[in-house]
Parts: sequence; C-alpha cells; structure tokens
Amino acid sequence: MTYDNRIARLDKVSKRYGAIVALDGIDLDIHRGELLALLGPNGAGKSTSIGLLLGLHRADAGQVSLFGRDPQDIEARRRIGVMLQSANLPPTLKVRELLRLTASYYPELRTLGECAEVAAIQDLMERRYADLSGGQQRRVQFALALVGRPELLFLDEPTVGMDITSRQSLWAAIRRLVAEGCAVVLTTHYLEEAESLADRVCVIAKGRVVSEGTVDALRARVAVRRIRCVTSLVDTVVADWPEVISVERQPEGRLSIATASAESVVRRLLDADPSLSELEVQRAGLAEAFTEITRETDAADAAREAA
Amino acid sequence: MNMIDSTSSPVMTAGRLFNAYVQEARAECLRYLRTPSFLLPTLLFSPVFYIMFGIVLAKANGPEATRYLLASYGTFGVMAPGLFGFGVSLALERDSGLLTLKRAMPMPPGAYLVGKMCMALLVAAIVSTILLVLAIFVAGADMTPTRVATFYLVEILGALPFCGLGLLLSTLVKGQGAPGAVNLVYLPMAFLSGLWFPLSVMPGFIQAIAPIWPAYHLDQLALSAVGLGQGGVALHALVLVGFTAVFLTLAARRLRRHG
Repeated sequence: MTYDNRIARLDKVSKRYGAIVALDGIDLDIHRGELLALLGPNGAGKSTSIGLLLGLHRADAGQVSLFGRDPQDIEARRRIGVMLQSANLPPTLKVRELLRLTASYYPELRTLGECAEVAAIQDLMERRYADLSGGQQRRVQFALALVGRPELLFLDEPTVGMDITSRQSLWAAIRRLVAEGCAVVLTTHYLEEAESLADRVCVIAKGRVVSEGTVDALRARVAVRRIRCVTSLVDTVVADWPEVISVERQPEGRLSIATASAESVVRRLLDADPSLSELEVQRAGLAEAFTEITRETDAADAAREAA
Repeated sequence: MNMIDSTSSPVMTAGRLFNAYVQEARAECLRYLRTPSFLLPTLLFSPVFYIMFGIVLAKANGPEATRYLLASYGTFGVMAPGLFGFGVSLALERDSGLLTLKRAMPMPPGAYLVGKMCMALLVAAIVSTILLVLAIFVAGADMTPTRVATFYLVEILGALPFCGLGLLLSTLVKGQGAPGAVNLVYLPMAFLSGLWFPLSVMPGFIQAIAPIWPAYHLDQLALSAVGLGQGGVALHALVLVGFTAVFLTLAARRLRRHG
C-alpha cells in the first residue's frame, strides 16, 4: 500500500438535475494540507462538486469520497469545517452561543477563544447574530467552520460582501490554517483571491475540470503578454502588425498591446518610436488566463459539435 | 485509501454525542424564547381567550365552564408550538440554507428534530402553566393535585402529535407560504374539534367528523384530566399515538425523497 495523501476525491462523477448536466464525469483530488481554488463561471459545477463532497447530494455516477468514506457518513464529516455561500444563522442567538452549539458537533475542538482570535471576532462574542454587519456575519461563519479543528475546510465564496481590510484579514487567517496543516477547498469569484492564496487552481467549466495546476502554470498556459508604454505611434498602425492580438488606448494615454511574442513587438516598437517611454511587459493575470481557458474550451466544443 | 487516514478518525464519545443533543435543544429554546413574533401569539392567544370566556363571561356558562374551557384552551395552546415550531421554522430554515449548513456539518441528524421537539414541549409547558395559574387562582376552578398533574402530563405530551403534523406540513410547503399554510390547518382544526365552541352546540355533521382531528382526541383527554371526561381515555390516547406515527412516517418518507 503506497502512501496516498488524497483526502477527498471525485472520481468520474456525473450529476444531472432534470435535463441540465451539472457535472459531466469530473475528476478532482484534494490533497492533505493544500489550498485548492475552484474557479469557473456560474453554473459550471463548482457548487455541485462541493455539495457532493459535503454529502448534500448523491452522485448519479462515479465515486465520491471524503477521508476514504462516503461523505454522507457523519464520521467523515467530523473532520471537515464548512462555510457555505448563503446560510442565515439563527438571528437571535449570540455569537458565543452559535460557536458553542457548532463545537458540540465535533469530537476535537479548538477553544472558543482561539476561534475568535483567528477569525477576529473577539469583540463580537456577546452580540446577537442579527445585529452584525454582513462582513461580521461572514467572519462568524468562518469561526464556526474552524471550531472543530478540521483537517479539511470548505470555503464557498468566503469573502463576498467583505470590505478590502476584512478580506485581507480573512486571507491571513486562511494562510495561518494552511500553515498549521489544514487543507482548504476555496471557491471564489475574486481571481486575486485565488492568486494570493492557492497552491493549486482548478478551472471548472460545463461540469468538467478544464485546467488544473499552480497559479503560475495556469498563467503560463496562456502565452499572451501585455505591453504598456507611452508612445506617439498611432493605435491602428500598431494593431496592423502581424504578432499583435489587440491594442487599446488606456484612459491615461498609455498604449496597451496584447501579444503572444512580446520580445519581437517590443523590438519593433523601440525601432519605430525612439522617444517611447515607461515600457512595461507583464504576463497575463489569472483573469486573462481564466477567460482564455474558458474561451478555448468553448471553441473546442464548437469544433467538436461542427465535426 | 491509506491506512492512516482511514483509521485515525477522531472518536466522538457517547458523552459528547449526548452533549450535541443538549446543546441543540438549548439553542433552539433560547432562540425562540427570544423571538417575540413566535412566542407572543403562542403564549398569549389561549390565555386571553381563557380570561375572556373562562373568567369574565364564566357566570353565564355555568360552574363547570372554568374547567371545561381550561381543557379546550389548553389544547388550543399546546397545538401551536409543535405546528409552528416545526412547520414554519423548518420550512424557513430549509429555504434560508441553515438546514443545508447543518446537514453539511457533522450535526447528529436526530439532534435537530429532538431540539425542536424540546422547544415545543417547553413552550407547551409554559402555556399550560399560565392557564393553570389563571384557572386556579383567578377563576377558582376546582383543580385537585391529581387533576393538575394529569392536565400537565396530557397537555405536554399532547404537543407531540402536532410536532409530527408540523414536520409533515414543513415538507409540503415552501418557506414563505408556511405560516399561512400552518394557520390554515391550525385554526379550522381547532374550531372543528370543538375547542372554541362545544361540539354539542355545533351541527351534527361537524360532530360526526370530529374524531378525524387529532385535536379532538387531545381535548377529550384534557377534559378527562380535569374531571369532565366521557371515558374512552385509552382509545383517545391510542389514536393520538397512531396519528403521530402516521405523520412521522409520511414526513420521513418525503424527507428521504426530497431532502
């Protein structure tokens, strides 16, 4: 028996709701201690994947396992923490009471004080849940997710409705848990969130994993780079160069050029305009990579349908 | 999967499991005792009716009216926490995602229902106490200690069939429609079971169909408890147990099928 550090798996899993195919033979592994970000457009199958791993639904086909068990087995779920996208907790209970209740479901506990400290809710413990702001409620939900010392934490869109400061403090808290060895599955719409936290990113589209790898690997898959500079060259002239994909003039007057061969375009730019200044070359961000990958998948699908 | 992962599951001791039930019941009681929109109608309706008809207008109704109405309004009072505590709150919690979150967390599945049941029984006990205090100290009803004890027992346990009915209703209606649907069951059933006006003054047809309502049987048991029964206690109790079993079976089947 070889050592296998996969703690949760979807193995060729399919799930449909009526005529809609939510998952189409998806494979997904979650390894001990890693932070995996699931990205994808709405309706891609992220929530269904999470729902299956939490034992909320049953797969139509394929295997779902959590710590080697069926996720509907409560023993398996005693090792996870959960923060869902929308959950209205009882409004009249105090934060301390919510924490104590959730703690009672688990065999091993983090102290309430430690949870409060990690989630930065020490000053909210005696307040009623209904009296908290949206961002504060999210922090309380995060504290509930970690009270049972989970080995695997599911965070579904954790920072929706948070301002930038609370978002960054939550990111810090997530990094701290990962450093302690807790694995995290994160779904998010904020690409910078995945970029700043994830060891590994899975892009899901149309019920399948269309791309998987580190953030850098994902970006490298997309050859496009972006050149920005201040130049007197006319937009349309640059746009006609063969290697240039697109050109746009930015509000502050800079020219922004997308290209797959940045080096030759830069050489040509410098030759054409000796007074060119403020040159910048950047690899595409995750946002561009993400758009590119979903577009590729769409194109491949269209080609297959046409054939 | 490797050996370490499958064998190193942390163990939930029986004590901690029991604690989960206790905490769930505690949280459920606390949250509803702090929710006036649930608590006030439940706790006020039957005592207010009792004050009006059992105390203020009692002289017109004869000497036994104070006890008769204690049974009727007691029954009316203990129906509500089960029907609303299960029917409305469960339907709302399914809509709001709370039930989904609890299902995803390792909450012992029974704890949720047991917690709501404890809450319903607690509120039933409070309603019964308020009515008993009014009956004994204000209306001067002839309540021996045996009658008091039997009344408590009947009314508190009598909340259970309505917990079952509430649970069943919650599987049939969507969240926002739940309060209306539950009232549509609660109020007509109370009327048709003779809780507002004695069945003897009602049309023969309504008298004839009264035994199909669980509230009718509970009222008959409550009347026996206060010394005005017409017998058949064992049968009424058995019918209520039967109703509870049927409601729970149907609800369990719908919950399994539709989640």
